[in-house]
Amino acid sequence: MISLNNVTKQFKAKSGTITAVDNVSLNIKEGEIFGIIGYSGAGKSTLVRMLNGLEKPSQGSVTVAGKEISKIKGSNLRKARQEIGMIFQHFNLLWSRTVRGNISFPLEIAGVPKAQRKKRVDELIKLVGLEGREDAYPSQLSGGQKQRVGIARALANNPKVLLCDEATSALDPETTDSILDLLLDINKKMGLTIILITHEMHVIRKIAHRVAVMENGKVVEIAPVMEIFKNPKADITKRFIQQVTDEEDTMDTVQHLLDKYSTGKVVKLTFIGETAEQPIISELIKELPITVNILQGKISQTQTGSYGTLLIQLDGDEKHIEKAIEQLETQQVGVEVIGND
Amino acid sequence: MIETFFPNVEMSKFWEKTYETVYMTGISLVFIFIFGILLGLLLFLTSKGNIWQNRVINWIIAAVVNIFRAIPFVILIILLIPFTRGIMGTMIGPNAALPALIIGSAPFYARMVEIGLREVNKGVIEAAQAMGARTSTIIFKVLLPESMPAIISGLTVTAIALVGYTAIAGIIGAGGLGNYAHQYGFVRGNNDVTLFGTIAILIIVFIIQFIGDLITKKIDKR
Repeated sequence: MISLNNVTKQFKAKSGTITAVDNVSLNIKEGEIFGIIGYSGAGKSTLVRMLNGLEKPSQGSVTVAGKEISKIKGSNLRKARQEIGMIFQHFNLLWSRTVRGNISFPLEIAGVPKAQRKKRVDELIKLVGLEGREDAYPSQLSGGQKQRVGIARALANNPKVLLCDEATSALDPETTDSILDLLLDINKKMGLTIILITHEMHVIRKIAHRVAVMENGKVVEIAPVMEIFKNPKADITKRFIQQVTDEEDTMDTVQHLLDKYSTGKVVKLTFIGETAEQPIISELIKELPITVNILQGKISQTQTGSYGTLLIQLDGDEKHIEKAIEQLETQQVGVEVIGND
Repeated sequence: MIETFFPNVEMSKFWEKTYETVYMTGISLVFIFIFGILLGLLLFLTSKGNIWQNRVINWIIAAVVNIFRAIPFVILIILLIPFTRGIMGTMIGPNAALPALIIGSAPFYARMVEIGLREVNKGVIEAAQAMGARTSTIIFKVLLPESMPAIISGLTVTAIALVGYTAIAGIIGAGGLGNYAHQYGFVRGNNDVTLFGTIAILIIVFIIQFIGDLITKKIDKR
């Protein structure tokens, strides 16, 4: 659906040339929700702007829905853009138009006749749940409602791709979740390909299928979301994951637990997907004469399954503890002994 | 009451002069609005980071605007005498004042339009581009509607300045209330006529301000 081949974007500044995007290659499948995460200045905004030609790559090619966006110009580019919806962090609605007027705008651009426009606008208002607010001006709407208008506007011309530029970064957590739910719903209903850029791992975990991690204009890691959570490679990825697992907080707790339970071994188990549902712990207790003390557990939901961590204390004969760990390692779980040895 | 306080005011003459002032202000305002918006759009669109970014054209327009804005109005009228004669055929009467009024005020208004356009959220322009809008659509459906309060309040300020300019033009033969206050009042030593003309000008200015504020408030949905 979308492919970027060796895309580089450089800007000329007074202090020299700035490379915003550095030799990035990506392939995004139809119907996929693809996340791009990075801190500000990582180049993700520039990257997403190249997907609809708001920026032209200095090198490389960008193809979206069979059209080489980096090559086409004028009316061809404008036509192609009508098939690529975009939503923004600060919504970018026209204050001078009502909800209805804003949603109607892209239809006017596409030359849709008035009667059809009205019908389509009504459909979209229903889709994003803004019934009753049709004639309100943006200044009379909450942030979440404004983004709903933004989404309706982006979907007006039945695009194949939706670009989300920090679409939830200006919203509170609850509103963020409702907007993400709406995006998921649209993805499922219409099979829309969604590219979202964000600096919040929470957003990635909640709706993305795959994620690319960007740093200094480069994609440093790219993998399915579950895979990233299970086995993050780059340091920056680990830091992003800490955003949602509160690792530091956990480490304090673990230290506290280690002090408190000084006998036996404390083991951290990482469960992915189905393994979370198998009775691993109870089998362990049945087979070996040890006690298993559950210290802390957490399970998180992603689009492609759940993953969880569990901290347990194994107490009993040293030999049996060794055996227990060996047995755990044969299962589909990550095992990490974190103390008391 | 008017006869008691303003014994030398002749009402038929007064209304004739008031009409001339309103006529000069109104007609020139229409042209100023059109030229001001055109020039303001050009100034904005050719400036750095905008759709028609072009340093040379921007510099030329800015220079012309600044020069005409800087020339004192009285001098501008004199400088424009040959031009005015050429197109209007006369140097006397309300019509003769129009070229100077328009050329003197349009650059001023163009700057105000440009300031208004600069205040349009860049993100909104980008959103329109992302939707595949052509430049004309961006101008007529984004830039102008989104800067309309500034365009109208700028027009109000310009209209008020214009009333002042018509008075100056009146003193050198263009007619209107300025001419009335000067020729029928000051020159003939009738201070009551001068005062009456002044009050009339003030009332016109207040009415313009009132209407301008009303429209600006009504269209501003921010």
